[in-house]
Amino acid sequence: MIREILHYFVMFVILVLVQVLLLNNIQFSGYVNPFLYVLFILLLPFSTPKVLLLILSFSLGLVVDIFGNTPGIHASACTFMGFLRPLVIRTITSRDSIEVDELPRVRHMGMGWFFRYSLILVAAHHLFLFFIEVFSFHGFIHTFLRSIFSIVFTLVLILISQFIIFRE
Amino acid sequence: MRNLLRFLIKNNFFILFLILEAISLVLIVNYNNFQKVKFLNASNRISGNLYNSYSSVYNYFQLTKINEQLSRDNATLRKRLQDVLLSDIQYGLKKKENEGLDYRFIPARVINNSVNKQYNYITLNKGSLDGIKPDMGIVGVDGVVGVVTNVSEHFSTGQSVLNKRWSLSAKVNDYFGSLAWEGIDYRYAKLNEIPFHVNLSIGDKVVTSSYSSIFPEGILVGTVKDFKHESGDNFYDITVELSSNFKSLSFVEVIYNVYGEEQTQLEKLNSDD
Repeated sequence: MIREILHYFVMFVILVLVQVLLLNNIQFSGYVNPFLYVLFILLLPFSTPKVLLLILSFSLGLVVDIFGNTPGIHASACTFMGFLRPLVIRTITSRDSIEVDELPRVRHMGMGWFFRYSLILVAAHHLFLFFIEVFSFHGFIHTFLRSIFSIVFTLVLILISQFIIFRE
Repeated sequence: MRNLLRFLIKNNFFILFLILEAISLVLIVNYNNFQKVKFLNASNRISGNLYNSYSSVYNYFQLTKINEQLSRDNATLRKRLQDVLLSDIQYGLKKKENEGLDYRFIPARVINNSVNKQYNYITLNKGSLDGIKPDMGIVGVDGVVGVVTNVSEHFSTGQSVLNKRWSLSAKVNDYFGSLAWEGIDYRYAKLNEIPFHVNLSIGDKVVTSSYSSIFPEGILVGTVKDFKHESGDNFYDITVELSSNFKSLSFVEVIYNVYGEEQTQLEKLNSDD
């Protein structure tokens, strides 16, 4: 149990560092900006209590906000994503119940499931994030395009990370 | 009461969600006048130090470019020095046009910077101990960069021109307007309120005006890239190509006006009327 908590804590720190030091500096023509750090919310075990999930999502967003000078923006998007996660898992999982020792990973749940799972949650997070950042529907197409490009980039990074780092 | 409690306990997940969202929204909406929440920005000790060490590694790889920039800066300064010396010799002591305005410069290094958000901020490695205070201007080698908003002991953060919350008083061909970023491309901003009887041409220089106490008059902001006159509109729609390259800022200078406070306080008397 302690080992597991430590494991997720290290993951939290590494993902935040990668996000603020590396990915926040990546941008192509001001459109594409990947947010890989949401991977943390995706990878939390199925058995995470829902309330803890929300609090973790909120704190993850808040930490990224503090480094990025965007107070509240990432926090609200991450909280939204954490809120949706249990609903999404319930909706897209065809099996009646998930085994106790299974985790939301490609090797446990299969590629198709993991892709759908990340696509829905990442899309929800990014759309929420970009629209809350602009805080208006003025220039809808521009904001929408920014989110779509970033969703694709984030998803590619998430899938790559699944095959390289979390292969085990 | 018991029903309410039962309802709260039953829906604790949803209610916690609402509470957390509410907190985030309060943070978003109030950020501008939320100076009390000092720990929530990049000038605090932990994130400041992290960015500081990161940028020292990053700058190592940028040394060639930085050297180039500094030598360019040197060259312009030397040229200006020559002009000043020449005019002193030729005309004796030149009458100072800007008498009463005295600006000082504090050099600083940019340790964090972004161009891809709607509200972009820069973090500098100098703070209140070096004499930096909020509302001081930041200029780079190529022109205006931004204005300081928050200061801690060793670090300070500022809004860059690429921040939709900030607009800058600028002039082109001696006509005053306000320069604002539209949140789309980090290379371009819009100059508003220039009446359409002004003669403009592409490539005209846009410089800071003397109307603000933040910047001295005549610091380069950018050049006119394109201008349109919509029928029925009293003003031009001018696109300005910003002269500073916000993607590669490394060394900047913080400007402060020695008499700036005096000026703002005097101007405040008028608004109290």
